[in-house]
Order: sequence, then C-alpha cells, then structure tokens
Amino acid sequence: MPTAVRILDDGAWISVDDERVVSVSELWRLTDHDVCNCTTADFLIEGFVEVDVTETTILARAAGQCVTCGASAVSGWLPVGRIVGPDRRFAPLSSGDVRTPQRRRRQ
Amino acid sequence: MPTDVERWKDEVYGEEIREHLMEFAETGWESIPEDEQDAWFERFKWWGLYHQRAGQESYFMMRIGTPNGVIEPGQLEVIGEIAEEYATGPAENPEFGGAYCDWTTRQSIQLHWIKLEDVPEIFEKLEDNGLSTQQACGDSWRNIVGCPVAGKDKHELIDAWPIARDLHDTFKGDEDHTNLPRKWKVSVTGCTEGCGQGDINDLALEPARKEIEGEEVTGFNVRVGGGLSRKEPRLARDIDVFVRPEKADEVAGGLSALFREHGDRENRYNARIKFLVDEWGAEKIRSTLQEDFVDFDLHTAGEDLREEYTYNTGIQEGHNDHVGVHEQVDGNYYVGLNVLVGRMGAADVLELADLAEEYGSGEVRLTQRQNVIVTDVPEENLDELLDEPLLDEYSPDPSPFMRGSIACTGTEFCSLSIVETKNRQVRYARWLKENVELPDDHEEFHIHLSGCTASCAQPQIADVSLRGMKTRKNGDPVEAFDVGLGGGLGEDPRFADWIAMRVPADEVPGAIANLIETFAERRANGETFREFVADHDEEELADLLEPEETDYEDPYMHNTKKTWYPYAEDDDMDASPAPTDSQGDPLPADD
Ligand code: HEM
Ligand code: SF4
Ligand SMILES: [Zn+2]
Repeated sequence: MPTAVRILDDGAWISVDDERVVSVSELWRLTDHDVCNCTTADFLIEGFVEVDVTETTILARAAGQCVTCGASAVSGWLPVGRIVGPDRRFAPLSSGDVRTPQRRRRQ
Repeated sequence: MPTDVERWKDEVYGEEIREHLMEFAETGWESIPEDEQDAWFERFKWWGLYHQRAGQESYFMMRIGTPNGVIEPGQLEVIGEIAEEYATGPAENPEFGGAYCDWTTRQSIQLHWIKLEDVPEIFEKLEDNGLSTQQACGDSWRNIVGCPVAGKDKHELIDAWPIARDLHDTFKGDEDHTNLPRKWKVSVTGCTEGCGQGDINDLALEPARKEIEGEEVTGFNVRVGGGLSRKEPRLARDIDVFVRPEKADEVAGGLSALFREHGDRENRYNARIKFLVDEWGAEKIRSTLQEDFVDFDLHTAGEDLREEYTYNTGIQEGHNDHVGVHEQVDGNYYVGLNVLVGRMGAADVLELADLAEEYGSGEVRLTQRQNVIVTDVPEENLDELLDEPLLDEYSPDPSPFMRGSIACTGTEFCSLSIVETKNRQVRYARWLKENVELPDDHEEFHIHLSGCTASCAQPQIADVSLRGMKTRKNGDPVEAFDVGLGGGLGEDPRFADWIAMRVPADEVPGAIANLIETFAERRANGETFREFVADHDEEELADLLEPEETDYEDPYMHNTKKTWYPYAEDDDMDASPAPTDSQGDPLPADD
C-alpha cells in the first residue's frame, strides 16, 4: 500500500499512515541549504507547509527560523524520515541529524 | 487540488458529524479505524472537540461557546460539575490541580482531558442547560464576542447582546454557513469604550450613528478581515457600510456567504478572509456584498465612536479590563475578578457559581482578557461579596501584573506550540509583582504570552508581547521568546513591534524589569507606557529591554513539547499512559 502522508492541525504535524510522527518545535540542523547564510542552520520548525513521499523517504517543506542568525524562511524539501522494511515502517531522523534539502522525486 | 481537509469536509461535515461522534463514543476511541483518525479528528472540531497533542492520544480538549461570554444563571454550576467529573487526566498540573476550566480570550470555555466515551453524557448535560459545543472549533461561525457587560454598562450606545444572541441562534447550525473555507470570527459591540476588540476579528460590528431620512438611527459600522495569526496580523478594514440592528443578520450572513463562495479552499494558510480583503480591497468586498449577497441597498458608513475608545489604549481610564467594582445602568453593580491566565480549578468554579447565586442574579460573564465578572449585585450585597475568601485568590483589585497577564494553552496540550505557557506566565506574574514597581498611575499593564505564531493570546495588542521561540543557551536548546512592545487597541490600534528576538525564557522577567525601571525614571509627566514606547525607536527600545538572569527560576527550559505531559513526575514520552480506554486505563499497544 502506498504510504499516506499529510499535514495536520494547520501545519502542526506530519502524519504518516495516520500516525502523527513529527511535530513543530524541533530544532533541525541544515547544511547546503537556502534558509540563511549560516553554514549550518539551526532551524526551528514552526509549521509544516508541504509534505511528500518518494520511494523511500518522507520529505517536507517547513516554515521556520534559524535561531543562530534569526532569518525566517520556508525551507526546501527536507528529509523527515525513511520508509523501512517489508511492512514499510516509518523511521524518523533524529533531531540532531544534519539534513540537506533534496530534489523531490515523485514516486 | 483541494486540501485533505476540504475533501473530508465534502464527505461529512456540520450537524451530521454528531451521529458518527456518538457512535464512536458508544464503541470506544479504539473503534475509530486507524486510517480514518486524521479525518475524524478534523471533523470533531466542528463539535468543539480537539484531539490533544502527541503523548495524550485518546484525550480531547472540549470548547463550549458562550456567546458574548454570557453564562446564564445556573449554567456555571453545570460547567463546574462537568469539569469536576470529566476533565481529569492521568496527571495533575502543579499550579492548578486535577480538574479546571480555562476562560479564553474569545469568551469561551475550555476543558481538557475529555474522553470520547463521556461525550454523550456531557452533551446531554450541557444541552439540558442551554449550553453547547457546536461550531466551537472548525471551519465556521465561532463563538461571537463582544463587550462582556453589554446591556449592563453605563457607557453604551446600543445594547448589542440581543444582536449577538440573535446571530448566534441564526448561524449556529445554519447549513448554508456551516462549511466555510476557514474559521469565521465575529465581534458585535455597542459599547463606547471599544472592548469588543472588533479590529482583530474576521467581521466586526461596531457602534455608530447615522442620519437616515432625517432621523438619527443607531446601529453598526462594518469592518472585515482582521486577525492576528501567523506572522500576518491585520486590522479589520472599514468597508463603508452602516447597518441597522434589525438588518445585522442579513449583512453578517451576506459576508459569511461571500467568504464561503470566494475564500481560498486550496490553501489553508491563505484562507482567512483577511487575505481576500488584501487581494480585493475593501471596495470590492462592499460591491460584491451589495451585488450578490444582500437584497437591499446598503447604507454608507455612519459616524463611529472610535475616538471615545478607552479599552486597551494604555490610558488608564474607563471600565477598561472590567476588573473591579462598577455600577450598572440599573443601579446594581458588576464585580470583575481577575483569573490569572484564565484558569480556575473546578472547586473554585463551583464556589463562584454559589457566590453569583447568593449575591447577584446567578449570571456570570467572561471577558476577552480571560477574567470573570459577577453581574447584578445589589449595592447592599457588595461588602459581603468582597469579603468572601474566594476573592483573595480571584481579586477585584489585583496587581497590574496579575490582572494584565494573558497566556494561551501552549505545550501542555496544544499541537502547534513551541513553548510552555500558562504555568510560566503564572511564575512571571508572581515574580514581577514581587520585584517590579510600576508608576502608581498604571493600574493596568498587559503582558500577553502566546506559545506560537497562531497568537491565541493576542500578543500583538499588548504592552509587552511574548511569542514562543527556541534558542541555544550554553549550546543547549532552550525555550525562549520574541519580545514585542507597544501594541494596543483604541482609535489608533497598533500591533507591537518585535524588539528583542529569542530571549531565553529565564531572562524575560529581568528584561521586563529593566525596561519598566527605565520607563519609571525617564517618563515625561503623566506619560503612559504605550506613549513612552511610541516615543522611542526600535534601537533605543532594544537597549532598554535588557535580558538578564535574575532570581526568577524557570522549571520549563527544556523541550516541554517532547514530554508526554510537561509536569508529570516521569515526563518522558515513553512513560505516557495514552491512549487509554474509557476508564483511563492504558490500551494495549497494537503492534
Ligand atoms: C492546536 C490547536 C489550537 C489550540 C489548542 C488553540 C487554542 C486556542 C485558545 C485556547 C484560544 C483562546 C485563547 C485563550 O484564551 O487561551 C484560541 C484563540 C485563537 N486562536 Fe487558537 N488554538 C489552536 C490553533 C490555532 C490555529 C491553528 C490558529 C491560526 C492559524 C489559531 C489562532 C487563534 C487566534 C488568532 C486566537 C485568538 C485571537 C482571536 O480572538 O482571533 N489557533 N485558540
Ligand atoms: S498560540 Fe499557538 S501554542 Fe498557543 S494555543 Fe494557540 S496554537 Fe497553541
Ligand atoms: Zn542562520
């Protein structure tokens, strides 16, 4: 079955297969990104804007702010987690993982 | 492409949700198919039920809409009893105990930790007593707000309570208006002090006079498209329409229908009518309303009373926040009581209900500043009421920092939150009361704390605005606030300017103390805080607002959103008992 992903409660959550898996308020570390000029942005997730799923990865664009420099932006497509195993379970990245925006590939 | 929410709404929405809700309540939370949970939780909002955040699955927030904040005689007791019986969760709040009511900034009531299985009993009890949760959340007519002492106050052009009541009765359950692109917030005021807060609502009816065929008529001017959410605050815009009270429902219904037809259903972030007003301009809103949505000739705007407004203007005059003892038109008195951050334990609610019965008419009203008012107290009962021990805690004469504090729900229950809110604001207020001296002529000082940019605590219209943020302190992520200054309402409403960004939460009281100290020293004779802020540019203000650690201690600096409940002994997400069955016992994990 294809993985169902959506944004809920006005951007508060990403839901994967009807389970709320990632919430706003996390700080994500971004490299090779376009949200600000910091080499590594310390990006506070304030609201999810779009979510999508490729073969193996859940990607999302988020509105937020780099708490190092203060720049506000909507990010590119950031990896949220991966789909793993034969039962296609969702495995989130941890908030300490460094993320790089990706080009979105439709499945 | 329509959004998921629009798709779900097309399938089932409005009244008919109730049937399903009752069925799920019968068969239990776990009977909601997993792949339908998102859809049902979205729909349940229409009936006032909001699924709580992660770690609290199977528990709901329940909102009861009380139009204009009017709680009729007998109703408060019912609300207190429901809170006591049903609003207890698996853990207690250290400041407020196990069961409590929240009085909200839109004159509604919120209860937490409600089990789906209890909903039929609660609805029955509410409805037997003229109360309802209908449309309290969701995409339609929300609770109508207004001057909380409408009909009682000495300073009003027109008693707007019957009109608010009529709009409530007309549009709650009216199928033509139950599925709008987004929420629809309405304010109706007749008072000359401006306390309806119309400027921050989707639709505002404000008192005005108009000469029509040689006769002076009292009624309302109409403004559209205010709101605070996201970083896009807007003041409601004057659409140059005067409406007589008896036509209020036609104009309000016409505008709500215009929103239904023309609001953006493709993008929920762009859906509120404030964005349509941005796009079209006030003139096109007016002409479209005239052409397509009402069948009589609209009058142009009348003469408003905005220059008389005193409410939340920074000048310390008028009934302002309604706290304290004030005479009514009928010679009785109303007594406004301060409820810090709007939260009251269920036992206190029941006690208050008794006092209202004993000394007043039994009626109680809610303000847009999270406070309560006991109305209709005869002069001879005043002293005894004021001597009641309950009023030591909920004072009619509190410190400016206690009466001026507003805080939203925050990480305790809310999915969108970035930081802890209510318990922190309680600690801020207590610390400021002990440590900071405002000039004597400042009885009110408004500090509004919101846990995120949705702005439920209305931070942009406060003297000091706090908006939840994160920062790093010694390398570790901590809860923080953006600090704004200079917001307020009145003839010239103004949103706060954001002056200091990402101030660690434990340095905020120090920053406010430093600012107020300089204000007290340097103010010109009689200058209000709001004027003082307006007289300084952002850079000067940033210098005055010096964040600093003090002896204030903040127990909520860590990521409270990552806990299942921020105040639990073991707050780790894995320690959560949720989801639970109807009795509150953990349900077996399903994998
Ligand atoms: C997760 C969910 C939410 C909860 C629990 C929640 C709770 C509340 C509460 C309790 C109030 C009354 C304020 C108070 O006295 O505490 C309120 C008002 C308000 N809500 Fe929310 N809210 C939620 C989501 C949102 C969202 C998504 C938005 C906007 C996008 C929003 C915008 C507002 C605004 C602007 C007000 C107050 C200002 C006004 O009267 O218009 N809220 N909400
Ligand atoms: S302002 Fe944000 S954190 Fe506070 S109740 Fe509203 S949505 Fe939740
Ligand atoms: Zn940066």
